[in-house]
Amino acid sequence: MNTTTTTAPRSRYVSVPSLETVAAWLLAVIWIFPLLYAFWAAFHPSEFMVNLEIFAPLTLENFTDAWSQAPFARYYLNTFALVTGVVFAQFVVCTLAAFAFARFPVPGKNVLFMLVLIQLFVFPEVLIVENYRIASELGLINTITGIGLPYVASAFGIFLLRQTFKTIPRELEDAARIEGCNWLEILWKVYVPLAKPTYLAYGLVSISHHWNNFLWPLVVTNSVESRPLTVGLGVFSAPETGVNWATVSAATLLSIAPLLIAFLLFQRQFVQSFLRAGIR
Amino acid sequence: MTLTAHGKMQLYGALLLLPAAVLLAAFAYLPTIMTVINSLFLPGFRGEPAEFVGVENYQVLFDDPTFWQVARNNLLYALGTIPTSIALALGMALFVNGKLPGRGFVRMAYFTPTILPMIAAANIWMFFYAPQIGLFNSLLETLGFSGVNWLGDPSVALGSVIIMSVWKEAGFFMIFYLAALQSIPPELKEASDLEGTGRWSFFWRVTFPLLMPTTLFVLINSLINAVRVVDHLFILTKGGPNNATNLLLYYVYENAFSFFDRTTAATITVVILLVLAVVATLKFTILDRRTHYQ
Repeated sequence: MNTTTTTAPRSRYVSVPSLETVAAWLLAVIWIFPLLYAFWAAFHPSEFMVNLEIFAPLTLENFTDAWSQAPFARYYLNTFALVTGVVFAQFVVCTLAAFAFARFPVPGKNVLFMLVLIQLFVFPEVLIVENYRIASELGLINTITGIGLPYVASAFGIFLLRQTFKTIPRELEDAARIEGCNWLEILWKVYVPLAKPTYLAYGLVSISHHWNNFLWPLVVTNSVESRPLTVGLGVFSAPETGVNWATVSAATLLSIAPLLIAFLLFQRQFVQSFLRAGIR
Repeated sequence: MTLTAHGKMQLYGALLLLPAAVLLAAFAYLPTIMTVINSLFLPGFRGEPAEFVGVENYQVLFDDPTFWQVARNNLLYALGTIPTSIALALGMALFVNGKLPGRGFVRMAYFTPTILPMIAAANIWMFFYAPQIGLFNSLLETLGFSGVNWLGDPSVALGSVIIMSVWKEAGFFMIFYLAALQSIPPELKEASDLEGTGRWSFFWRVTFPLLMPTTLFVLINSLINAVRVVDHLFILTKGGPNNATNLLLYYVYENAFSFFDRTTAATITVVILLVLAVVATLKFTILDRRTHYQ
């Protein structure tokens, strides 16, 4: 797993790059190019978009345009409230359920667990029509709670935490009980601290998922007050709105910047968390 | 009434499950059941009760050529994205698993699209695909070819959408392959080197079979994504031109929220649920049996 700890030994002489190296780099350049292009476009006047002049004048005007044409500050706030709320609620709900699945003799536990796993395949967005109706009956249309609530009882989170809790030795639990801890104290003082890496991994995956989610938030929101960044960006850059492309790239960068910066800073943790979260 | 210790544990466990159970019932089970029920009824007009019509909604749907076009698109989309992105992911993983100058950068470049929201990715690709001023066409014209209407030509549009999806997904799957590659014991490579096995046959005889569980895992994920992820259509094509890029879930969205035809939306949703049920069965039978060492 330690991909970043070992580096290729530096060769003392300049060698001709192998075919493999050339192919790997070519693919890398193709893969990063769209993003680099968006960067370039965002910092240059729109008339240079096509001919890609290297010495075209730099400008920040696209960003100020984008910022003034759509309430990005509000979108940031909404997305921030959404991801923190969802992740917090997921942690609580999934921890309780995972604890029950890992340690308690609930009748019909295996069947119940299979029922939970169904949600790995039947996502809230597949059921948008009925979920919309339920959200509207609960008065959750156009609220941030409405965007987040269907995802709170996450089968994935329950599964991941259950697996982790199961690996924790019972002796630790017994020791805590001798100290006079009740079940919730045991959960809080023994299980949760030992599962910290799992929480980190799951948290990162969850944050990036909800930061990026679009279809369900689009359906359930209809005004600026509750729209997250992705939906705001989608509305902003729809081709029929006739906003110019330099402005759209600036807006695009604005909405991906926090996540992208976080990714660049914590690249290794990000990748590891995807790994941890993916392999079951 | 007093509870035994075991009974107390049972009750406590049930209480711990309660919040998750309520939420799952509200946003997964109940909506699934309601969707199936709605697909069997026609809504009553002006307050009249809904009328049970059995499979009639399905007959109507199956007689609709648009539905078949959308289903076919989705199949082509799956066939276009899945093998390509899996093959690319494997290639990327092999590249960055070996000794490579600038490996950190290369790996980051592959993985970056995964972090972007689909909407943002689609925004960027809009620049490439635009007919007059788009980058692809200006490149083609510089080289003396005539431009292509990437998203407006019904025979090309789905391909353009597929290319973008492959770009978005390959780096994500790479991560899983990379993990699998690093779990292969180096002794195998050493042994094969001693026997003078070529790199190519080592890959096909040793590495590739060992990566089988990962391939199946990635395959399941990509199958699900092929039905579930439609965000890019909102920016790139809106399912057009003439439904050439419409996919099942987008068609559900259109029926429900543009045409206000909840019955058709429910009927298509049941079709999607059946597809997902097949994928789930695939996972729980084949995949779980084969991934013995994970």
